[in-house]
Amino acid sequence: MGVRREARLILLALVVGLAAALVAGCGGSKVVSAQQASDQTSGAKVVLNGSGATFPEPIYVQWAGEFNKSRPDVQVNYQGIGSGGGIEQFTSQITGFGASDAPMSDEELAGAQKAGGPVLHIPMVLGSVAVTYNVSGVKDLKLDGPTLANIFLGKIKKWNDPQISKLNPGVSLPGDDVKVVHRSDSSGTSYIFTGYLSAVSPEWKSKVGQDKAPEWPTGIGGEGNDGVAAAIQQTKGAIGYNELGYALENKIAYATLKSANGEWIKPSSDSTSAAGSGVTYPDDLRFSLLNSKAPGAYPIVSATWILAWKNPAQDGFNRQKAKDLIQFLSFGLAGDAQKQAPDLGYAKLPKDLQSLALKAADSIQLPKS
Amino acid sequence: MSGVSGRRRVADRVASVWMLGSVLCALVPLAFILGYVAYKGAGLISWTFLSQSEPFSFTERGGGFWNGIKGTLKLITVATLVSAPVGILAAVYLSEYGRGRFATAVRFVTDVMTGVPSIFVGVFIYSLIVLETGHFSAWSGALALAVLMLPIVTRGAEEVLKLVPRELREASLALGVPHWRTVFRIVLPTAASGLVTALMLAVARAAGETAPLLFTSFGNRFVTGWTDFNQPDSALPLLIFRDARSAYSTAQERAWAGALVLIALVLVLTIAARFIATRRSVRTV
Amino acid sequence: MLRADRTRLARSADRCFQVLVTTFAALVLVVLGLMLARTTYTAWPVFHRFGLDFVKGRDWAPSRDVFGALPFIFGTVVTSLIAIVLAVPVSVGIALYLTEVAPARTRRPLVYLVELLAAIPSVVFGLWGLIVLLPRLQDHVWTPLSAKLGFIPLFAGPSYGQSFATAGVILAIMIVPIVTAISREVIALVPHEHKEAALALGATRWEVLRLAVLPYARAGIIGSVMLGFGRAVGETIAVALVIGGSPQITASILQPGYTIASVIANQFNEATGIHIQALVGLGVVLFAITILINVAGRLFVWRAARGLAS
Repeated sequence: MGVRREARLILLALVVGLAAALVAGCGGSKVVSAQQASDQTSGAKVVLNGSGATFPEPIYVQWAGEFNKSRPDVQVNYQGIGSGGGIEQFTSQITGFGASDAPMSDEELAGAQKAGGPVLHIPMVLGSVAVTYNVSGVKDLKLDGPTLANIFLGKIKKWNDPQISKLNPGVSLPGDDVKVVHRSDSSGTSYIFTGYLSAVSPEWKSKVGQDKAPEWPTGIGGEGNDGVAAAIQQTKGAIGYNELGYALENKIAYATLKSANGEWIKPSSDSTSAAGSGVTYPDDLRFSLLNSKAPGAYPIVSATWILAWKNPAQDGFNRQKAKDLIQFLSFGLAGDAQKQAPDLGYAKLPKDLQSLALKAADSIQLPKS
Repeated sequence: MSGVSGRRRVADRVASVWMLGSVLCALVPLAFILGYVAYKGAGLISWTFLSQSEPFSFTERGGGFWNGIKGTLKLITVATLVSAPVGILAAVYLSEYGRGRFATAVRFVTDVMTGVPSIFVGVFIYSLIVLETGHFSAWSGALALAVLMLPIVTRGAEEVLKLVPRELREASLALGVPHWRTVFRIVLPTAASGLVTALMLAVARAAGETAPLLFTSFGNRFVTGWTDFNQPDSALPLLIFRDARSAYSTAQERAWAGALVLIALVLVLTIAARFIATRRSVRTV
Repeated sequence: MLRADRTRLARSADRCFQVLVTTFAALVLVVLGLMLARTTYTAWPVFHRFGLDFVKGRDWAPSRDVFGALPFIFGTVVTSLIAIVLAVPVSVGIALYLTEVAPARTRRPLVYLVELLAAIPSVVFGLWGLIVLLPRLQDHVWTPLSAKLGFIPLFAGPSYGQSFATAGVILAIMIVPIVTAISREVIALVPHEHKEAALALGATRWEVLRLAVLPYARAGIIGSVMLGFGRAVGETIAVALVIGGSPQITASILQPGYTIASVIANQFNEATGIHIQALVGLGVVLFAITILINVAGRLFVWRAARGLAS
């Protein structure tokens, strides 16, 4: 083979390799603006990307699928990557909406305000955190706030401790060690759970406080809901916390808690919804439902919010896309969609909150074009 | 072995046991892991699984991972096409011309980056490309994977190229073959099997990584076109990661079936690449 | 073509070739160097503020703006060390077996089987490790170990299962394919003459390997160990699932711990401001560890090569 022919072959191979990379990138991404790129899919489709909390992911995805059936030209693509990442990507306007288990702090709101204008908090469903455990012979554990806090503070070391046995008369508690399991990853679930502990225990509030990744005084860290669940199921005497849906699906035992008005409440869709009733909701819809005094209300409940720009025109939305977002939000807040919540371990919004949320969604200002 | 002292014979025997035992040490976990993955996921493997996307309802059984399979194929193809020539040719530089500070610097960064937590690669491409273009895309994901693969390919290739006997090069040069041809006709084919190995290790790593894609390719519930790299795209590891850890047994089943598919995919790629390489290789042994 | 023309063409082709490969090496330097530089730049405020305390500090409390990396450095080093100690003898043994001992027919399928181990995604390793391996290790290995040898600080304390040791075992299984694969390739490249010479002198099979093959391949094997080490320290999800998420420094490998890569992965998505910078700073520390180990490896190779030459 001649020198020239070989050289040409090799050159050709390299060119093919680089060309492939260029073709892939050559959607003209650098030239096309963000807004156009989102709309410029095969066939005039609108793509709404959203990211944030993993907690509501199942129901947002379910809604997206059903919404797509009635509006095949709109693809709502939600990915659960964590509330923090969701807020960051939303603030940077890479995604069209964000999702968080915790309302944005004043600081985060100020930052977002600078980036793209005012942010709307739209509550979509309610969820609760169950206290899961694995104690031999105990089917229905009863705990109250202060005792739970003491357990997680590491002050109660054995299951037959008087603080626990006085709440569970007639139940024979073993002398096993109490083994605390908490989340090792940052999570909205930890935020909700430590929020409750802070509300019922001044010592917890001052020593640890409410945080997505607190400094746990004791216990081992499980990675994600599944890590905590696995640790609990594998360890005798373990106690931890999980999203209710997770506990239900995987049939892990969870405790009955004493609510703020003295009732013994098991976490369920109904007791979760009850925590949302009788609350005066602030205008910006940032609120906490922890340690509710409402009758029949489970104490560890939180809403989960979708974050949307009030003036999406500033953020690369065209009129059609903004309309579609409002429609998707209204779809999720409508009765039929809300009815699906209990099947997945959530609770639907109480009526007054539902209409406030719908009003907020409608208040998104449509761009001129 | 006549005339071999007892001690030497014992040493030989011990070594044989060690070598065989090592093979078992690798095969036993492999069998366990594959067995477990198959046990949890094989039931769902079918043409449906390969051709359908995930159902939108987490409580719905069945469906498939087509959006992820297609995404992985697209991402891996581009990532390999970008990282393979760059990595291998860089390794050629290091083994043929690699003395001096420039080469030391290249080796230095390559060494350091073999251990980079993959989430950093994702963040890097996110700030470099995603923030600049204003949206997620498959090609930013492919680039992130390429950057992840680059140090592995370069380092692995260099190790193998260094060991091609100098005599081969010298003989070829002595015969008047120009340097570049010596590399392409003698050195690379001799090391071909090793280069494929290095490449396949990088591909296997990239095919199974989630973190670099979270901020770049992002994931997509909907299927995208083969040449459409401008949209966010799904990938098998993203789906496996999320569904295996989901509360719902429906999703978990899909995850394990997806893991089986991913393992099979990488294995097929490896066999194919090895087949192509050995047909053109030149062995000294 | 005239011979003179052909030589000129060949020489300019050689020149082009040199430019080409140099360019690509420069590309690698630019891309990876850029990532390294950018990471260090992002983390700089944290180093500036905490100085050496960042590396020496034992306390990691983002909500109090306290960032001490030592527990994570400790965990990373310990788990990777366990992984290397377990994986290298096994990998070299496999590599030797596959290239030198295995009967020709079994060679190809065995090679594919070992490479299959590399194809398993890390999340699968982590989940299998958590659900299948951990309980068995806990019941059959760690618990009796701490019962019988618990007086040795290395094995002290009640074992939870989630621990440095379990993470180390999982990492070992994960890096075996890498170390094996590259080792196998370099062992296969050992020239025949070396082995034949040893055989001619009456060496046993093991002696051939020990005296003729391994010394020649040693540099490459160390290189493969470096690659394996890189994989081990960078592994996030598999480790995060089984290590128990407890930032602590303890002599016992049966205790839960934490590594740099897993804490970054765990906290990154929810972090803001200085917390992110601190996490990136952890990454820079990880790079430093990788550099140290790689330098040590290269030194080792250099000295071994000198020993060979003498």
